[in-house]
Amino acid sequence: MFPAAFDYRAPTSLDEALSILKQHGDEAKVMAGGQSLIPLLKLRFSRPELVVDIARIPDMNAIKRDDGHVAIGALARHVDIEHSKELAAAAPMMLEAARWIADPLVRNRGTLVGSICHADPAGDWGSVLLALGGDVVARSESGERVIHAPDFFKGPFETALKPDEVVTEVRIPAAAGHSGGAYLKLERRVGDFATAAVAVQVMLEGDRIETAGIGLTAVGPHNIKATHAEQHLRGKAPTDEVIAEAARMAADAAEPKDDVRGSAAYKKDVVRVFVQRGLKSAVARAKEVGA
Amino acid sequence: MKVTMNVNGAARTGDVEPRVLLVDFLRTNLRLTGTHIGCDTSSCGVCTVLVDGEPVKSCTMLAVQATDRSITTVEGLAQGANLSAIQAGFHEEHGLQCGFCTPGMMLVGTSLLDRNPNPTEEEIRWAISGNICRCTGYMNIVKAIQHAAKARAAAAADKPGVPAAAGVAGGGE
Repeated sequence: MFPAAFDYRAPTSLDEALSILKQHGDEAKVMAGGQSLIPLLKLRFSRPELVVDIARIPDMNAIKRDDGHVAIGALARHVDIEHSKELAAAAPMMLEAARWIADPLVRNRGTLVGSICHADPAGDWGSVLLALGGDVVARSESGERVIHAPDFFKGPFETALKPDEVVTEVRIPAAAGHSGGAYLKLERRVGDFATAAVAVQVMLEGDRIETAGIGLTAVGPHNIKATHAEQHLRGKAPTDEVIAEAARMAADAAEPKDDVRGSAAYKKDVVRVFVQRGLKSAVARAKEVGA
Repeated sequence: MKVTMNVNGAARTGDVEPRVLLVDFLRTNLRLTGTHIGCDTSSCGVCTVLVDGEPVKSCTMLAVQATDRSITTVEGLAQGANLSAIQAGFHEEHGLQCGFCTPGMMLVGTSLLDRNPNPTEEEIRWAISGNICRCTGYMNIVKAIQHAAKARAAAAADKPGVPAAAGVAGGGE
């Protein structure tokens, strides 16, 4: 299968990329590893006039600890996250999630930033960002803006990005105190889209949950932040009853559809069970940290 | 547009449209037909090649993206008439039935052993999890990679300083 014909530019600096997008943004698609875009081009679901390959721009592949957060560059691949020492310390849930992305071959080329910009409702990283409270940093010739994860995902394959913008990095808050997370995913086989998946993150203060983050994958038009469930957990001791109620609320926030992977009712129940299990693991892990 | 890349140790150039996939460049322009096309939808892994030593799907990469990179295909595994350790392993352990997935499996195995010379069975299964064997011959594929790991270790012990793959003779003995 061949994509429809397109022009190709491979800028070697961010300024050059931004200038190309300023001129041609409306007709262009930005490509990092191409693991989401190339299949779309081949199926001709996407027919851009221009592909802007940003992979030749230097210094965008780093994962580095900054003040209070970890910055993940636009060219950092899933495999880099899988092995990142910075993220192992600051957001270990991301290493767990990385191992669930596609398969090892795709992880050698695909990037986190490319994945979130593609904004597939079944994408894993969106939920991780929602649970962890990540920020998306977008640049254009007019400047830089920081978009909070909940404001970034707008709909199926739709984000808050403007046509002349490039995401340069994603910022993940570094875990503080007694924090823990978990990523749970149900897939029919390696590389399949999720039937459903959940990301959960908690921070404990003494015996109580200080903050909780819950993101849901493949059960709605985009990754969903289960805000009611998060609020329910805040300030409470993580008892079985509290966790079970939060899990039920998260399932209520899911809006799955019937498809070959399962009925909507089944997927809602997977969300409930996974949030329940995930919260229990996250709390146990949070207690171990610094214990 | 003009593309230049290193394929199996030699610089190769071609003039391609940007939409040409790496697998088609290898098979059609360079006539290296050992890299197969299976699902063509990034699902099966039979088109696996190594890019700078890492296994990737050449059906999901544009030829222009490979500019100035080093590509290894199955044709690049043997050293002259000598099979590489992984090829010998697949021969010895009957690691193939129809053979269609074999080039990809051998390249994934090669890359794994380069990074992790003594993998556990679980690590081998994890490494090949993006490659589908339609004959379901996974047991012998795992054994073939284990065979290669042992052969490379033995060769390295025999000839310190010599790369393990080069020290393994043909697998037919």
